[in-house]
Amino acid sequence: MLRGILEGMAQTFRSLLEKPVTIQYPEVKRPVRARYKGRHILKRYENGLEKCIGCALCAAACPSDAIFVEAAENTDEKRYSPGERYASTYEINMLRCIFCGFCEDACPTEAIILGDNYELSFTGRAASIYTKDMLLESVASEDQLTPQSTPPGAFTRSVPEMKDTTE
Amino acid sequence: MAVKMVNLTIDNHSVSVPAGTLLVDAAKKVGIDIPVFCYHPKLEPVGMCRLCMVEIGRPVVDRATNQPVLEADGSPKLAFGPKLETACTTPVTDGMVVMTDNDKAAAEHKDMLEFLLTSHPLDCPVCDKGGECPLQDLTMRFGPGKSRFLFDEKKRLAKQMPLGELIILDRERCIQCARCVRFQDEIVDDPVIGFSERGRSLEIITYSEPGFDSIFSGNTTDICPVGALTTIDFRFKARPWELNAAASICTHCPVGCNLTINVRREARSGGRDVVKRIMPRQNEKVNEIWICDKGRFAHHFTESDQRLTEPMMRKGHEFVPVSWEEALQAAASQLKKAGDRTLALAGGRLANEDLFNLRQLALGLGGEAGLYSIMGGGELLTQVGVGQGTNLGDLGPGSAILVIASDLHQEAPLWWLRVKQAAERGATLIVANARPTRLDKFAKSVIRYNYGEEVEAVASLVPEYKSEVSEAVRDGIQGILGAENVVVFFGSDGLSLQGTTALATACANLLVKTNHFGRTNNGLIGVWPNANTQGAFEIGYRSMPDLAGRLAEAQAVYIAGADPAGDDPALAEALRKTGFIIVQELFMTQTARMADLILPVQAFTEREGSFVSGERRVQRYYPAVKGLPDLRPDYQIVAQIGELLNIPLEGRVASLVFLRLAEALPDFNGLTYQHLAEVEEQWPIYGREDLYYGGTGYHNHQGMGVQLKPAAQRVEPLYLPDAPEHPALTVPEGSLLVVPITRLYDRGTTMLPTSLLHERMEKPVIYIHPNLATAAGMQDGQSFQLVLNGISTLVQVIFDENAPVNAALLPRSVGVPIQGPALAQKEIVSA
Repeated sequence: MLRGILEGMAQTFRSLLEKPVTIQYPEVKRPVRARYKGRHILKRYENGLEKCIGCALCAAACPSDAIFVEAAENTDEKRYSPGERYASTYEINMLRCIFCGFCEDACPTEAIILGDNYELSFTGRAASIYTKDMLLESVASEDQLTPQSTPPGAFTRSVPEMKDTTE
Repeated sequence: MAVKMVNLTIDNHSVSVPAGTLLVDAAKKVGIDIPVFCYHPKLEPVGMCRLCMVEIGRPVVDRATNQPVLEADGSPKLAFGPKLETACTTPVTDGMVVMTDNDKAAAEHKDMLEFLLTSHPLDCPVCDKGGECPLQDLTMRFGPGKSRFLFDEKKRLAKQMPLGELIILDRERCIQCARCVRFQDEIVDDPVIGFSERGRSLEIITYSEPGFDSIFSGNTTDICPVGALTTIDFRFKARPWELNAAASICTHCPVGCNLTINVRREARSGGRDVVKRIMPRQNEKVNEIWICDKGRFAHHFTESDQRLTEPMMRKGHEFVPVSWEEALQAAASQLKKAGDRTLALAGGRLANEDLFNLRQLALGLGGEAGLYSIMGGGELLTQVGVGQGTNLGDLGPGSAILVIASDLHQEAPLWWLRVKQAAERGATLIVANARPTRLDKFAKSVIRYNYGEEVEAVASLVPEYKSEVSEAVRDGIQGILGAENVVVFFGSDGLSLQGTTALATACANLLVKTNHFGRTNNGLIGVWPNANTQGAFEIGYRSMPDLAGRLAEAQAVYIAGADPAGDDPALAEALRKTGFIIVQELFMTQTARMADLILPVQAFTEREGSFVSGERRVQRYYPAVKGLPDLRPDYQIVAQIGELLNIPLEGRVASLVFLRLAEALPDFNGLTYQHLAEVEEQWPIYGREDLYYGGTGYHNHQGMGVQLKPAAQRVEPLYLPDAPEHPALTVPEGSLLVVPITRLYDRGTTMLPTSLLHERMEKPVIYIHPNLATAAGMQDGQSFQLVLNGISTLVQVIFDENAPVNAALLPRSVGVPIQGPALAQKEIVSA
């Protein structure tokens, strides 16, 4: 019996001297895995134009009806995205979202991705609705903010030419 | 006449269809979808897109014996052609064996789709058609998954190319099926768009000024099988799958086109449902699958920020918002005080339920109820209106149609279309008008009279009329005499209220004398100014020739859905003498400004109700959006006032009001909302979840309405007045006769909020023949002060070769008050 107690205590003391597995969240954060699906991010092109063209295919693909999109028309003077159409309203209800990533798959311009951020807590239902401003990627400099004034005829195509990754 | 039936086999299904049916339609009837792009069931087949290729085998006939050659097993021997054939141009023949999806046909469909996609931009994510696009659907069903053509060789053109203010063209997306071009040529006779260049460079262009100048242009976006033509109104408003749909009836004219209202909630409007677009709903007896641009685009009034949102009461010179309780109490006490000196005045915009309740309220008080309308004579239609079962689409050889004093193209576009098509099918069309109209081209005889001689023109068509007649009139008489069915349309072109009443009587008498009443496809149709003017007449309202006098005498006036003060300064003057004015309205009209109490109402998109069309078809509409809070439908407000006055009225839901109405009126006897919601099978099969493509309009499963039987058809005695004396117009020397005409795009209360149509709306102008204008010293484009009935308004002169040489034409509802033919000084004062 005594032997059993000693063995157990030995385990305890061994563990006491090991590096702890707990971390001091939120001061310390554990890195997420490569394919982690956290809060959505709306991406931009290098020049700051939004990749999202307001086609609402993400909303159509969403199994929990968490996404609401409304579109409007771009002009060269006030351009948000390449092509004719941009999302004037883009909202995701994070309480509804099940982080399945179908929106990512549906997007024809790779505008929406599920990022690393898992810190989603709200104090009210209204706060759970993330608007376009909250979801859009930040920009490096002020002149990359949208809307931008662009030269006529420079951004006529909504959907960029993309490589077929299966080939 | 028995139609010869043809038996054939399509994909192992035995089919029996009338001779002359096209293969593609025969297949459709047994539920087989042959893919099509250029073929449309309402258009002549052209076989341009080559998608509908099928393999056809025909029985071999021995030339010597004229007997079918049989195989060894006794079945008829078939001869298959070396190539596939187009199903859309091939009529059925006996014994035909058709394969629509064997390997040969399937390969053809796949290759054709691959070919059509060579230059298609594949920008479906941003295309308004995406989601209801036949090119998408057919590619998914029949097409290849991958193209063998080089992506870099796709045609690249600038994306948007507006064809006008309403329609936008994307040339890359066009697959050159010519549906739009053919629709404009064949169906609506507005050949304003066409093909330019050839082959890969082919594109749609408009050659009218302004661009795409047609009042039916929106229909081309419905039938376009790709996103090449889209409307600016719906541009990027929503994806088709996100829309909710509600059945409705157009409120702009007496045709009563069946609509589907597409709605979606909108962030900008605080998450409320808003109307995103108006689409046609199939009713082959009313509008087929078309609607005019006014019906399609002029819906913005329902969501205007100018709408009245709360009851208001006059305190001194200002209006102060009050609660509904206070407003209803005030209305009740004032109406009680007025008692039998109450006048209820209703416009033809109101639904049957509203009109019924309002009239019951007025009668309950001992007062009277009148109709505010520019036209009279509707009570005659309850007796000799078109018979139950009348369908303009059935009129053809053996039928005659008389259109008098109406520019149908502008007053009721869909009737123009249907009358034109009847004439093309072989009906005898007689057009009588003081000026040329768009219908003349299709008429067998065109009768010209001078303004003021309308009644005489009708009388001259009565066969026994003795005096010398012109050749056109003789043709007209012949046409009516030789016809089995006669339908007469009468309008208000150049006429006053008295003039239209006299004309209606004359037309009714013509029909009775020639025995064309009380039967299907026979009778009288009024081209009314509003959607439910006919309903008002049915419910017992009569037009009021001495309206100004009545208004001035009344102790309390209850005006609903009408703006007399805005239309006629004389009526505004009369209203100043009225004791208490209650106005029930959508907008702050001139009349509302003069009111003591304003009661805001729901728009037609926010409520239920029913209308009676000019063809006396009762049709119901359904709520599409929730609308503004705290607004009530007209019938409910009236019922609530009735409750305070101890006049029992139904006000809970429209269907219950309709039950009361149907009990009270013999014409509606036994009708319920359920009856109005009944539908029947229609051809072409349209707007369903299939690949056969008639257009993006909607299939009708919410009701085709019920046509009322006129008294004559119920074999009740007729009480027709003799045609009243209608004094001829005399134009003294030095005066200019100005007559009112109706234009489609006017500046009425329900039109102005649609900014999209502003450029096409009539301005304050007079159309005048150059000869008449020069005599009066006017120049084209000149502005001057037109003085009519003592009121001076700035108008612009427009020279019009088509205007009559003895009268100038002034459009109604453009800000210049005119109630009927009026005289102006010939010597003009330039502005």
